[in-house]
Amino acid sequence: MKAPLVEIQDLVVRFKGDRTVHAINGLDLTLQQGETLALLGESGSGKSVTLKTLLALLPPKRSEVEGGIAVNGTDVRKLKGKALQKYRGGEVSMVFQDPGLALDPVYTVGAQISEAVMRHKGVSRDEAMSTALDMLRRVRIPSPERRLKNYPHELSGGMRQRVMIALALACRPRLLLADEPTTALDATVQIQILLLLRELQREFGMGVIFVTHDIGVAVEVSERIAVMYAGQIVEEGTTSEIINNPRHPYTQGLLAANLHDVARGERLNAIPGAPPPLEERPTACSFAPRCPIAGPECRASLPDFVTLAPRRRVACFRALEAAAAE
Amino acid sequence: MSMTDTLHDTAAQTAEGLPDKGGPAQPLLIVKDMQKYFPVRGGIFGRTQAMVQAVDGVSFEVKKGETLGIVGESGCGKSTTARLLIGLTEKDSGEIIFDGQGVGDSLNLRDLRRGVQMVFQDSYASLNPRLTIEESIAFGARVQGLSDPIGRAHSLMERVGLAPERFAQRYPHEVSGGQRQRINIARALAMSPRLVVLDEAVSALDKSVEAQVLNLLADLREEFGLTYIFISHDLNVVRYISDRILVMYLGEVVEVGPVVSIWEDQAHPYTRSLFSAMPSMDPENRTKTPPLTGDPPNPINPPSGCRFHTRCRFVDTVCKEKAPALRELPGRGGHCAACHLHDPDSGHDKAGREDIW
Amino acid sequence: MAIAETIDAAPAQRSGYWAGVASRLRRDPVTMICLAVLALLILSAIFAPFLGLQDPYKGSMIARLKPIGTPGHPLGTDEQGRDMLARLIYGGRLTLFIGLMPVVLAFFVGSILGIVAGYAGGMVNTVIMRTVDVFFAFPSVLLAIAISGALGAGIVNSLVSLTIVFIPPLTRVAEAVTSGVRSLDYIDAARASGASALTVIRVHVIGNVLSPIFVYATSLTSVCMILAAGLSFLGIGVRPPEPEWGLMLNTLRSAIYVNPWLSALPGLMIFITSLCLNLVSDGVRSAMNVHD
Repeated sequence: MKAPLVEIQDLVVRFKGDRTVHAINGLDLTLQQGETLALLGESGSGKSVTLKTLLALLPPKRSEVEGGIAVNGTDVRKLKGKALQKYRGGEVSMVFQDPGLALDPVYTVGAQISEAVMRHKGVSRDEAMSTALDMLRRVRIPSPERRLKNYPHELSGGMRQRVMIALALACRPRLLLADEPTTALDATVQIQILLLLRELQREFGMGVIFVTHDIGVAVEVSERIAVMYAGQIVEEGTTSEIINNPRHPYTQGLLAANLHDVARGERLNAIPGAPPPLEERPTACSFAPRCPIAGPECRASLPDFVTLAPRRRVACFRALEAAAAE
Repeated sequence: MSMTDTLHDTAAQTAEGLPDKGGPAQPLLIVKDMQKYFPVRGGIFGRTQAMVQAVDGVSFEVKKGETLGIVGESGCGKSTTARLLIGLTEKDSGEIIFDGQGVGDSLNLRDLRRGVQMVFQDSYASLNPRLTIEESIAFGARVQGLSDPIGRAHSLMERVGLAPERFAQRYPHEVSGGQRQRINIARALAMSPRLVVLDEAVSALDKSVEAQVLNLLADLREEFGLTYIFISHDLNVVRYISDRILVMYLGEVVEVGPVVSIWEDQAHPYTRSLFSAMPSMDPENRTKTPPLTGDPPNPINPPSGCRFHTRCRFVDTVCKEKAPALRELPGRGGHCAACHLHDPDSGHDKAGREDIW
Repeated sequence: MAIAETIDAAPAQRSGYWAGVASRLRRDPVTMICLAVLALLILSAIFAPFLGLQDPYKGSMIARLKPIGTPGHPLGTDEQGRDMLARLIYGGRLTLFIGLMPVVLAFFVGSILGIVAGYAGGMVNTVIMRTVDVFFAFPSVLLAIAISGALGAGIVNSLVSLTIVFIPPLTRVAEAVTSGVRSLDYIDAARASGASALTVIRVHVIGNVLSPIFVYATSLTSVCMILAAGLSFLGIGVRPPEPEWGLMLNTLRSAIYVNPWLSALPGLMIFITSLCLNLVSDGVRSAMNVHD
């Protein structure tokens, strides 16, 4: 097997401040070249923090990071100065939830994309501008020549997100990080952006980590899903394994809460309670207080991963029992 | 006497103030031709430069005890509709009839507000950060001069699943998002309303918490005999909770009907696109092509004729010239759509054909 | 009856807002030191008659412009032979009073105007804010001098002119904060419950806008101090022989070649006070989490 594109080993992230928050607690993750992985989780599960760690974007004064993060063989935590700049935007780039905030309002779309290309590829302005035009075409923006000269506020939400994607992909990164890029968009626009990302991923052959809280979005865009809860991955597998055969009770609960095939008026099988505040590092299964099948062992110690198949794992004491019962 | 009985009593008391006037057959709410344009001001003198046609000639009914789901994309006017119904925004024209009484004629705004309450999307912004939870819930009852506001607040907190002894004295930032939304629901119910407008009330919640709140809403509806208007962009949620669905596009109603009928066969091309835009839950059968291209047009200068014609794949000359009226589809239990395709006399070359979909 | 699922026990700490502010302030050494200095200045000014100081009005023709460290006059004497220590401490009374009082008055007037303008919007807003803008168009020093000049010298006139100077900026801030709060859902929720505008403002607006306005007002106190001293320095504020730092700076000006350290003392007092006011204002701002 080739060396993985992303390899995260035993990642721990703590935020210090008035109170400590244990955002990531021992996370292992690998992503192969050209793979699309959805990090699925609710607010506070640590999915966005994982992305920021990959780009070394966490505020160094307030956060403590431990563990190994390697992207394409480079140790991200050791990168500094020039090398870090080259890594960000060149090797890896990111698409944010709100393109209105991520794009600079005082520069035209063309200027922003070509500036990034010049900085990373060291080409002339004209050449960079033609790359920008090409990128706008690839993200299916109608009349791209005209749009190059537009400012972000002159574009609609969906257009802006397309520009954001064009900007992110202009330097042909090997890894694209997407942080809920369709959450702020309307339904009919969301599906367009999802399909666009899927196409571009195939076209460029890059690896994609796509953070989302919406299972439907994860299904549309990714071939693998890792479900996060309380700063840990609780289950990982291919999209169809996760959707058709979820093993972790949390994943099962999330799928039920999607209301996709619940009869109208039927009482919902809701997961009770709310995620833990993570003021302390969990020493037992974080989901146990909300889990319908939790036993004494779940409240006593951390569950190890049970590997059900190659690259198919679940962190639950009861996973094998449940499997045997079926 | 149990807590629930107390609540029923208080509900009965207020019912004296705002009784069921028209009987069960009278729709709780009738909206006729409601319109609201917002001026877009600009220039040095702040002159009106354009009008946002937020809600343009919207009519619908809500029967007693039913839940009407309103869906649509941003700029379709669903939130403005909600604010017009509760009187937070003043309508330009049109009629709102609450239980047979015209708002503004026989029913003043103050009384309407005892009958209609609203739950907002942002659970944090909709609570005053400087008031304790108990005070926030009791505020409306105090304003309306209802008896024992704090007692009411406590019994409602109990009812929405927040133990008063633990939560009454807390501040909004000290509780979770799901808990805050329960507080907002309790505050709305403190006025003993008959109609509750839920404007994206569960959209900001995590999926697992959303299910809890949906269960709570279903229980409360049954217990207090409430009528809901449920505004959401999430079709799955709307289908789960609603009896009928109303679809809006650029300030107009394009389709309305029983949820089952719409779910089985969407009559308006826009509704159909909206449904096809839902992410597929089947990994082996993902969405292949997006149903629509581009973003919804700007409601400042909406397209002429049928407002959807710029994005519609069935567009014909008549669509650009003439706005279609909402027509009832025969044999579909009150399912209506505003599309020339369903009007054989409209002059649309594909009108009345079933094979085109 | 179907009981709603009992929900989580997310153990949120109970803490009042002001307790949090106080504990953050206590952990900020710079602010605490500045507060202590200010407290010392204010207390000594208030209790000046009980400190066994010399009479600040009694001069002596033979003991004029004694340097710092003269026995019996630890900080020397001024151009009329009056004890500097006594005059500086007594001078704090007037200086601090006309330095702080206008801001307090302007805080009340400006908050009321700004909240009304911000909440009402429309015509009311336009009338109030455009009127305020007219005053705002003049530099504050110029405006203070112009009003004081028109009204004539004197403590009351200084108070009036400085209050007028500080109403426009405070109104602006109050209006901006209020229109921000006005757009939040809880205001709509309160209106939807049928509350009158006055009730909504009393219960829901004031508590949420006052702290940013207050923080801004504290940042104006140092400016006001300097302006008040400046008016006295120009002779259109406090009249001699009242001890006041600005006025003292003026009268000692001529002695700058004879005894420079002595003539700098009132200026030093103004500097220390306004610096402390500024730093305290910054500290309070961050402790109250007000961002602007």
